[in-house]
Amino acid sequence: MSKYVGQRIKRTEDPRLIKGLAHYVDDVRLPDTLHVAFVRSIYAHARIAGIDVTEALKASGVVAVYTGEDIATKVGPVPCAAALPDLKVPDYRVLATDKALFVGHPIAAVVATDKYLARDAVDLISVDYEELPVVVDVESAASGGPVIHEKFGNNIAYTLTSGEGDIDAAMNAADHIVKQRMVHQRLAPIAMEGRGVLARYFPGEEELTLWSSTQIPHLMRTQVALMIGLGEHKLRVITPEVGGGFGSKLNVYAEEALLSWISIQLGKPVKWIESRRENMQATIHGRAQVGTVEVGCKNDGTITGLRYNVFADLGAYHQLLTPAIPTLTGLMLSGAYRIPAIQMNVTGVFTNKMSTDAYRGAGRPEATYVVERAMDIVAAELKIDPVEVRRKNFPAKDEFPFHVATGLDYDSGDYEAALDKALDLSGYAKLREEQTKARAEGKIIGIGMSSYVEICALGPSQAMPAGGWESATVRIEPTGKVTVMTGTSPHGQGQETSFAQIAADELGVDLHDVTVIHGDTAIVQYGIGTFGSRATAVGGTAVLIAIQKLKEKAAKIAAHILQCETSGLCFEGGRYSRQAAATNTGVSEPVVPVGEAPAGALPEPDTEGRSTLTIQEIALIAHIAKELPPDTEPGLSATYFFEPKNFTFPFGTHICVVEIDKETGETKFLRYVAVDDCGKVINPLLVDGQIHGGIVQAIGQALYEEVVYDEQGQLVTGELMDYAIPRASQLPWFELDRTETPSPVNPL
Amino acid sequence: MKQAISINVNGVDHHDEVEPRLLLVHYLRDLLALTGTHIGCETSICGACTVLLDGQAVKSCTMFAVQANGDNITTIEGLAANGSLHPVQEGFWEKHGLQCGYCTPGVIIAAAQLIDRNPDPSREEIRHGLEGNLCRCTGYQHIVEAVEYAAKKTAAGE
Repeated sequence: MSKYVGQRIKRTEDPRLIKGLAHYVDDVRLPDTLHVAFVRSIYAHARIAGIDVTEALKASGVVAVYTGEDIATKVGPVPCAAALPDLKVPDYRVLATDKALFVGHPIAAVVATDKYLARDAVDLISVDYEELPVVVDVESAASGGPVIHEKFGNNIAYTLTSGEGDIDAAMNAADHIVKQRMVHQRLAPIAMEGRGVLARYFPGEEELTLWSSTQIPHLMRTQVALMIGLGEHKLRVITPEVGGGFGSKLNVYAEEALLSWISIQLGKPVKWIESRRENMQATIHGRAQVGTVEVGCKNDGTITGLRYNVFADLGAYHQLLTPAIPTLTGLMLSGAYRIPAIQMNVTGVFTNKMSTDAYRGAGRPEATYVVERAMDIVAAELKIDPVEVRRKNFPAKDEFPFHVATGLDYDSGDYEAALDKALDLSGYAKLREEQTKARAEGKIIGIGMSSYVEICALGPSQAMPAGGWESATVRIEPTGKVTVMTGTSPHGQGQETSFAQIAADELGVDLHDVTVIHGDTAIVQYGIGTFGSRATAVGGTAVLIAIQKLKEKAAKIAAHILQCETSGLCFEGGRYSRQAAATNTGVSEPVVPVGEAPAGALPEPDTEGRSTLTIQEIALIAHIAKELPPDTEPGLSATYFFEPKNFTFPFGTHICVVEIDKETGETKFLRYVAVDDCGKVINPLLVDGQIHGGIVQAIGQALYEEVVYDEQGQLVTGELMDYAIPRASQLPWFELDRTETPSPVNPL
Repeated sequence: MKQAISINVNGVDHHDEVEPRLLLVHYLRDLLALTGTHIGCETSICGACTVLLDGQAVKSCTMFAVQANGDNITTIEGLAANGSLHPVQEGFWEKHGLQCGYCTPGVIIAAAQLIDRNPDPSREEIRHGLEGNLCRCTGYQHIVEAVEYAAKKTAAGE
């Protein structure tokens, strides 16, 4: 029985956050900091005939102004890590050179002693724009229209077909074929903290420290080093507190490289904090697919095949993973079902808009929407209950690992169990009766459901652009305190707590004797980062195995001191004992007890005639290193890089009941029931929080949110006044439950 | 032309000369180094910058520092009294009312005022009372539970 894992443990990161004492990028204050403000394109497509910075340079407080011409040969392009066959990759300079391709495209950077003065000087720069024809609609952009990148000849960045099985034969074998146009509107991630960058160059050391609000400190360090031509070993990236990401900070942006370069030029710290307006214009968007799903089925509801033809609106340039996102849609088009033949034909298209990239689910919710709509239209066509169509096509739990026609092997699942639990919890049969009655009374009541599967724990390196492993170092200090360093970069998910839970249980120590460090490339070994529902499944496993490695060494030392074989040791409650006689099932006493007066000096290890030793005492022995077995390195730490064998595939069923007001069209929630299965739960409190947040972002997509550009490519939803993310008063009480199906591919 | 202002923040008097255009939130963050008050939208939609001005929750991103001349301000840093957490802070910790924590100081301040005005709010009243605060992480349910916890705790303490 675990003391911590599986318990509703409140978070160890919270005290600093609820007291207002945490440090986000803008809270990091360095003396002599200069502030950067940007001139951004006011047109969606324009030739830049000239930029006059004379007045700005004369303005109060202005230290420097940089334009595209100044940096064209100095700072490399914004990187794209997605590799697809015949992908067209435009040269994405950190400041626009000859053309501006979207509203918000950075054109010039002003550096001043004060942020108000920097902002003032932006208005003194005059840009001579020559407007060009704009293409906004993805289907128009694909079929001709103004060409955005002239050297490519058209706006098609790539075309790709994916899937397995004979789709034509599958459609021919169908009794019915139903079609539905699918529009996944463009969304904005809206992390409550926008992006922020602080770069500080140390001219003496020739080193640069970059604070950035990012999900990927290590990947950023590598990429920015390459962009500005600084040795990677001379660049330190720190992610302080990060105020939400949702994929939008899984990227390397122009501003990060540009500020780094500017700091080197000026030898001073430079800071840029994104405004919400800039965030709407120049931080990646998500979704933006328009397509048609075609699904073949038998009279009894058995699905024979599914085809999805789709245009993906990529925006004007590729950010880090832009073109790869729709391929994730292709991977998940089997949903929770047995579908013998699947085909996706995707056309990635450039438009005069900000790039799309990873946003909450990143291509996978698109697939869920397509597949679940397909199930509903099949049910409607055949006049059978949507539950029955789903049930009919689920693979049984004993069929796992289950191969699907997108090429994946699902690790484990019991889809029917989650569905049944959701039906029970919602009182589905009764809900249908009530719906019939209410409709007879003229009310509009709808019952929606989704039985989803999500590809998570990204993932094996073979399937990832830049490594899919994750790293951890676990060290027990001389005083018995435990330091865990993770290559993930949590920004709200609570891994400072959940990883401490894993470590405290495995080591048998108190939770508060463990600290989890992340987000500093000078302290933490290389890691991949937090995205793709991977941090706990991959990063947490790295912590677990690093501890197991550390314990192998601790056991050797224990056996040496206790004068027995390691096979004769028992480890329980943080304590190694010579026989399996230990009855202590609590946690070990720390070498330096918490809350007592400072000892002032390390105690001497007391090893005489002992029959048990705590792992924290062993750490002291390992550091003093006088009583180690032969050929044993001093110290007690271990590092592990965990490479997952496969993805994991959590699943569940959500049921939602709404009433639509006939007069106003307003949607009111009557019920929301969610049954999710994410395998073993480390902290139910945190899992519930993640599910609530996910549901609400989905509700935002379904009812309230859309990034709107007009025909001229002007961003209509340019502020939170126009872009509506859900408020507390618009939401129902979520009724949550879970099933727990272990994954055979993950040691956690 | 700078103007002299006197503002009491978290019980401490401050006398400064500031530009008339300096926003209150920048005064608190940049001059007083009280960085617990955040900026999320600059248009008074999101509520991350909420502080108490003479006991009233206001959005400090759309108010000038000079407008607060002579007033008493409480920021998130000043909410805990004598080192013990305010019941709302405690509720947020107990009920996992925060994830990334960026909106949290503003929500806590707004919730403190809410309980002050309505010691026994219903769930609907809590949701309505927090309409001026956006959170992108939590889906609000744990926030509602946190405020319920705080209301109970406050009532029990009286």
